Amino acid sequence: MAWEVVIGLEIHVQLATRSKIFSGASTRFGEAPNTQACAVDLALPGVLPVLNEQAISHALTFGLAIGAELGKRSSFDRKNYFYPDLPKGYQITQFAHPIVGRGAIELVLEDGEQLTVGITRAHLEEDAGKSLHENMHGLTGIDLNRAGTPLLEIVSEPDMRNAKQAVAYFQKIHALVKYLRICDGNLNEGSMRCDANVSIRKPGEKKLGVRTEIKNLNSFRFLEKAINFEIGRQTEVLENGGSLQQATLLYDADKNETRPMRSKETSEDYRYFPDPDLLPVLISQEIIDTLKSRLPELPEARRQRFEKMPGLSSYDAARLSEDPDIADYFEAVVEQSKLTKLSANWVMGELSALLNRLDLPIEKAPVSAQQLGQLVARISDNTISGNIAKQIFEDLANNPNVAVHIDDIIESQNLGQLNDKNALNDIVEQVIDDNPVQAQQYRDGKIKILAYLVGQVMKQSQGKANPKEVSALLLTKLGSL
Amino acid sequence: MDPFSSLETLRSGLDSGEFSSVELAKHYLARINKYNPQLNCFITIPEAEALQQATKADALIAKGNSGVLCGLPMALKDIFLTRGILTTCGSRMLENFIAPYNSTVAEKLAGSGMVCLGKTNMDEFAMGSSNENSHYGAVRNPWNTEYVPGGSSGGSAAAVSAALVPVAAGTDTGGSIRQPAAFCGISGIKPTYGRVSRYGMVAFASSLDQGGAFGRCVQDVALLLSGMGGHDPRDSTSADHDMQDIHALATGDDKGFTLGNKKITIGLPKEYLENLDGAQLQAVYETARNIFETQGVQFREVSLPHTSVAVPTYYVIAGAEASTNLSRYDGVRYGYRCKDPQNLEDLYVRSRTEGFGDEVKRRILTGTYTLSVGYYDAYYVKAQKVRRLIANDFSEVFKDVDLLMTPTTPSHAFKLGQLTKDPVEMYQQDIFTTPASLAGLPCLSVPCGTINGLPLGLQLIAPHFEEALLLKTGYLFQQHSDWHTQYPEPGAL
Repeated sequence: MAWEVVIGLEIHVQLATRSKIFSGASTRFGEAPNTQACAVDLALPGVLPVLNEQAISHALTFGLAIGAELGKRSSFDRKNYFYPDLPKGYQITQFAHPIVGRGAIELVLEDGEQLTVGITRAHLEEDAGKSLHENMHGLTGIDLNRAGTPLLEIVSEPDMRNAKQAVAYFQKIHALVKYLRICDGNLNEGSMRCDANVSIRKPGEKKLGVRTEIKNLNSFRFLEKAINFEIGRQTEVLENGGSLQQATLLYDADKNETRPMRSKETSEDYRYFPDPDLLPVLISQEIIDTLKSRLPELPEARRQRFEKMPGLSSYDAARLSEDPDIADYFEAVVEQSKLTKLSANWVMGELSALLNRLDLPIEKAPVSAQQLGQLVARISDNTISGNIAKQIFEDLANNPNVAVHIDDIIESQNLGQLNDKNALNDIVEQVIDDNPVQAQQYRDGKIKILAYLVGQVMKQSQGKANPKEVSALLLTKLGSL
Repeated sequence: MDPFSSLETLRSGLDSGEFSSVELAKHYLARINKYNPQLNCFITIPEAEALQQATKADALIAKGNSGVLCGLPMALKDIFLTRGILTTCGSRMLENFIAPYNSTVAEKLAGSGMVCLGKTNMDEFAMGSSNENSHYGAVRNPWNTEYVPGGSSGGSAAAVSAALVPVAAGTDTGGSIRQPAAFCGISGIKPTYGRVSRYGMVAFASSLDQGGAFGRCVQDVALLLSGMGGHDPRDSTSADHDMQDIHALATGDDKGFTLGNKKITIGLPKEYLENLDGAQLQAVYETARNIFETQGVQFREVSLPHTSVAVPTYYVIAGAEASTNLSRYDGVRYGYRCKDPQNLEDLYVRSRTEGFGDEVKRRILTGTYTLSVGYYDAYYVKAQKVRRLIANDFSEVFKDVDLLMTPTTPSHAFKLGQLTKDPVEMYQQDIFTTPASLAGLPCLSVPCGTINGLPLGLQLIAPHFEEALLLKTGYLFQQHSDWHTQYPEPGAL
């Protein structure tokens, strides 16, 4: 039997603020446990929350970018439950009046299909600390460094119908928040985590099926695998005549399976009520206008702009605009080289491969955008061959020196392409003399042997000869005999 | 040196060199050591720190650059965090809690050069109207030690009443300054919600908690309040309202406390008078009215129709907020932890069961109940709506009158143990104090007579941020009455 899959995502985005949402403690990642937690984060008696303005403007920026209704009067509520990594015994969140209301995201899927995913709301809240179980000798350690880190929880409508769509949506949000510079997007540091609500129903059925919620997925791959596993599990249960229970699940990547999560409190009653320590947040039109005027170019606009660049395919444009840092790098390369397609090929080809190999983000690329631009320009004007360019690129990758100009490398190492007709002539004649058998084969009609002769000339010139010139010269010489 | 002196007298003694701040501190510390065993006003008496502060104050006074409060002794309710000093909030839960930071109030008063002689006893987490809910034992009323001093700031009130300190800071959520001030025959102010920072003040009910001041006379109350109040960026509910008028009063720049040519009208809410307990109290109240009338004050009967539902409304809201404010006491990071917890659940359950007293547990339970799914709308939401109606009642009458006058309490102090068996009867003690708390209004209680040798209080209620008017009117009353100059019978101590 065919089933229709219904998926909605809740994405938690850690907002890029210097201090926490309600305290002055730093949000830096990776510090020693409990060194980034102040009296407020520890929930000492008598402490009070003070809202971080930056978190508010980040949330509003997101709302503006998705064309959402903005909560001109939003407020904070307490969500009550006991857990050791939640020091106050309640989480401050926005339950009744979120800062961002309805909006939507447009997706273009791999096959070109378009999909609109509705955003129900996005609200601000504080992150909890972490419970540590490794190396604790059977005890549980509590690290409150993360406690109070600002989160924007983005809740989607159940508009996705398969795991690929869900991944595309997650990727889109990931790109968007990076573009807006409201999140660093580091998935492996937990900067974005997502909960997937999955249910299945018979096609045509209006009512949603019983849903399960898979918690805390922090990679695109795990999201896809977890959803697919869960669809399979639900299908199997229903097709065997069983019934599903609404549940909260964890995805175990090692075993590729979902399993029920330990409940945080036996009762699910969070006793939400307005936090009396915080006043409602009123947003003026002036603030909204200011933030609007500061919105950067969004991924979609940039993609369209790239698509209009000479020689770029829509695939090129999409890939280059995905990540704002890559897009910035690409544009810097083009600015230097004045060449769009060749620059695109190098960014998506050699550079991307190098970064993957070294596991580096583009901000830490060992070859600067200016250098790559110079390199591309020198290939284009025949100063160097493609092979020499790759050699220079590799050398720079191994011994980074962003200060050096590519022309200086070419000059100091004498890597310039051999374009001098007389010099080339000598090499070509020498090669023909040294390879009489092959030369004769060519004259007898075995045209393919030309490539061998070209190769020999390149070898003789240590790769510096201009291959086009070499071919032309060879043809002239061999033909004229 | 008369321990019952006003701050003004002590100030001139310090400035003229009649005595030093250290001598003053020692004088009061001697009284504390003498009378505290009977009265149990203090939980902690940090003598060494107090004498250090006094020494510093003397140096400032000698240099001539001291402020009006410099070198004067005071006490803080044990709800205000004081860095390096035990801060228990009257609870076993915090029996080992040495505060790692200063509350804004403690910091401001220390910054003004005041000398903190002790942390005063209180009902556990400020929950109570008799001071019998303290883990550190009940406080006794200096006027008659068989009687309660009122609560929850009973330690502060009794300490000022017995002149163990000239002034003390307290907090008032539903009457916790005004009621003990009335029971102990002293003056006490609960300012407008937001006047005094709540930062570092252990939270009971966040939307109601407000720090305030006790003194024997209105001027002393004004002086202490001027040192405590003001906007604090660390408290988001702190009012961004200047303290100029209160400072002016306290420093005497405003031609003293006189109302000048201002003709004031005081409203008498009829709903409060209907609840007066007996003819004697009626008579006391009438006398107070006559004193004002001879000074040209007009009176008008007014109506606050939602008065009767203030107590249940207050207990729903305060309980709900308390139930979550007290969730942080879980035995994990600080405070009381049960012996040998077997697992997380056991750690939570036993630490909280053993660390909290009965009244605190009662309020956590009722508060949790009123916030639960299925009850939230019927209790919490409804209480918030009624709270709005109560606040509207006040806004309406303040269109016609400048102030309101009511009794502070329905009767004088009751005996220790008299109401402990009946929590609801105990809650009814707050009938005259909770409405203004729900509306966030400033209130002053001044002594206005005695019955059976026990003091009574007169409550004045003003519109938001009209503390100066409140204090001036209280001053007018004290200019023409002498109850604030009466002391507990020496034999009682």
